[in-house]
Amino acid sequence: MELTTVWFALIAILWMGYFALEGFDFGVGMLLPVLGRSDRERRVLINTIGPVWDGNEVWLLVAGGATFAAFPEWYATLFSGFYLPLLLILVALIVRGLAFEYRHKRDDATWKSRWDGAIIVGSFVPAFLWGVAFANILRGVRIDADMEYVGGLLELLNPYALLGGAMTLLLFLTHGAVFVSLKTDGPIRHEARALAVRTGVAAAAVTVVFLAWTQLETGTAASLVAFGVAAVALVAGLVALLAGREGWAFLGTFVAIALGVAGLFLALFPDVMPTTLADGTGLTTTNAAATAYTLKIMTVVAAIFTPLVLMYQAWTYWVFRKRIAVHHIPEPVLAGQGS
Amino acid sequence: MDPLDIARWQFAITTVYHFMFVPISIGLSAMVAGYQLAWLRTGNTQWLRLTRFFGKLFLINFAIGVVTGIVQEFQFGMNWSDYSRFVGDVFGAPLAIEGLLAFFLESTFLGLWIFGWDRLPARLHNACMWLVHLGTLFSAYFILAANSWMQHPVGYDYNPETGRAEMTDFAAVMFNKVQLVTFPHVVLAAYMTAAAFVVGIAFWHLRRHQAVDATSEESGMWRKATRTGAWIVLVTGLGVAAVGDVQGKVMTEVQPMKMAAAEALYETEQPASFSLLTIGTPDGEQEKLAITVPRLLSFLATGTTDGEVKGIRELRETYRETYGQDPGATYYSAGDYTPNIPTTYWTFRFMMGLGFLAMGVATWLLWATRRGRAPAGRLLYVAVVLLPFMPLFANSMGWIFTEIGRQPWAVFGLMTTAASVSPGVSATEMLISLVTLTLVYGVLAVVEIRLLLTYIRKGADPVTEADLPSVRTDDDADKPLAFAY
Repeated sequence: MELTTVWFALIAILWMGYFALEGFDFGVGMLLPVLGRSDRERRVLINTIGPVWDGNEVWLLVAGGATFAAFPEWYATLFSGFYLPLLLILVALIVRGLAFEYRHKRDDATWKSRWDGAIIVGSFVPAFLWGVAFANILRGVRIDADMEYVGGLLELLNPYALLGGAMTLLLFLTHGAVFVSLKTDGPIRHEARALAVRTGVAAAAVTVVFLAWTQLETGTAASLVAFGVAAVALVAGLVALLAGREGWAFLGTFVAIALGVAGLFLALFPDVMPTTLADGTGLTTTNAAATAYTLKIMTVVAAIFTPLVLMYQAWTYWVFRKRIAVHHIPEPVLAGQGS
Repeated sequence: MDPLDIARWQFAITTVYHFMFVPISIGLSAMVAGYQLAWLRTGNTQWLRLTRFFGKLFLINFAIGVVTGIVQEFQFGMNWSDYSRFVGDVFGAPLAIEGLLAFFLESTFLGLWIFGWDRLPARLHNACMWLVHLGTLFSAYFILAANSWMQHPVGYDYNPETGRAEMTDFAAVMFNKVQLVTFPHVVLAAYMTAAAFVVGIAFWHLRRHQAVDATSEESGMWRKATRTGAWIVLVTGLGVAAVGDVQGKVMTEVQPMKMAAAEALYETEQPASFSLLTIGTPDGEQEKLAITVPRLLSFLATGTTDGEVKGIRELRETYRETYGQDPGATYYSAGDYTPNIPTTYWTFRFMMGLGFLAMGVATWLLWATRRGRAPAGRLLYVAVVLLPFMPLFANSMGWIFTEIGRQPWAVFGLMTTAASVSPGVSATEMLISLVTLTLVYGVLAVVEIRLLLTYIRKGADPVTEADLPSVRTDDDADKPLAFAY
């Protein structure tokens, strides 16, 4: 296999990992006002992802870095082209990340509700915009002969892209609710389960429409298989949830998201950022790639360290495998020191 | 406004801001891990209290470092897309490796450390913090390798067909001679910064407690933190200076204009003197008053007291012959390869001056607190409370010096900053980004400083028998978590 293809696959895997992992912590963030009515309940929710959300987000940073190294043209065109949506995502990730760390550091209602707002908005915005961005990549945008994006901001908000945004939003919401049902105990667990079924049905409907649309426009046999497995996994996950099997349900939503993303990349290949302009230069795995030498170095590094990373990240999930309930939450730090 | 100006301001603001938090994260992760190790070895709970106290401050600081780092990863593509296209083949690799080796390690093991007090055996728990520290060192290594390549590009070929720099020798990029001196300089400065942070806080507490009882448990604990911290400031400070000296010579060799700009040396001199301060015209072309140390610049630049140091005018001619007439029309007239001289001149002096001042304060503090002495002087108190800011600002000055000193180049000798900016991004978009990020960062700075001050004032929580961590068993399933958000 060509190294450019290997790196296309690796970047696809990084995005699969990113969405399947951070997807549930976006979901938990979005569900904060719904499932967490008291401060203690909200803390239960936040603590389900406390030890892992930052590690999940690193998948994005590595995907960004890997794109820079393996496909510099793609990195340059994509991030300078989708400028303002990306800025919005960055700001959302900044306030959201800080909110997890700072929220509990003062026992003060105003302080906490502000950070809650940051978590909620900071989770909704990227959950929606990532879908919009990926849909636009698949659909193709106006890229000129110099590989510069020349479409405006509003062009990115077309129906197909908005549907893509709705899909990621609903999928992450469901994935998050399933995760909460798996990781908590008490009333919150049951509410999360009931909610996951409701959002899951909506997510499944939107996902099927979006994936079918994608398949018709740019699909291949391989993407059809991935989309098919993703859809089956999603439905199976929801059935498992109805049967009270939360672990299997989580596996279902996890596989659905990962394979859905895999299908999108398969539908995209060998393009990485197609153009809709007749005289434009679309970006492909060939014309956007770094040299064979750089790809070879990067392949060696990735081959050594990726398994290691997967091992210790999996170990973290094992260490923190226990369910969390309201009575596990200790008294707030700095009690009575509001300001 | 010119998009180039805006992009430069954004890079300067976001990077200097990011690097306020990074050195403390690098240094403090090692110090917290060290306190924890000292507790495990000695069983002295003072070390445990220090671990927890500085651990909290570390987390407050680390969080901002992490979230502002996200912007760093993406703004090359957003604002500097032509740069990214040109250098991606070389520059992208260390960035990607940094993510894979460093960011995963830091984030995963920090999560384990924060939440793992009662989940992991004590030694394994301590190992998690050491791994976080190792992650910060990896991070520093790869990002500095990328920056060193911009200062002194090696291990690449220029491909005229694709119009970009292509990597030919990864080892040369990783072991660039600029990198080999920059990495120890930056990392030692990070230890120095974190230690100064610790000393400022610990001495403030020590003074309050020793006024009540100089032999109390509290006084003993803060004294330990003060004195170990001050030793680290002093020793790492000497290291920073020693490595910086070698770095100056490498810089003179690979970027002679930067050394001339550091001294605002217009005419070639042999031997060259170093001015402690100069009052001159704003562009630094004429000096009105200067306090100089004879031969010092010769020594800094060449290692001998009578070495020749090339001046800006001569170097401008040399650069013009080597690189042609046009370094980028926006800031530079034809044949002008000179960075902003007042900036390079003063940042160079503030960098060194603040570093030496910090070492002086640390020495004074060590002397004043020797053999159990409890100094009560006002001046020492003020100096030590200000100590954390000295290395902190010295770091910023160093970076501003080295980045401004490289101008007009983004990649020295290869690509100008003016040619690096994204051609497809409008000034409006860039302005929105600059204003948004500056406002967000500004608010976060206020929040962060207030939070730090709250936790600093609160002091180290006492440790009771019940607080001593023990690994939870299945019987403890209903116990509250030892730590929760």
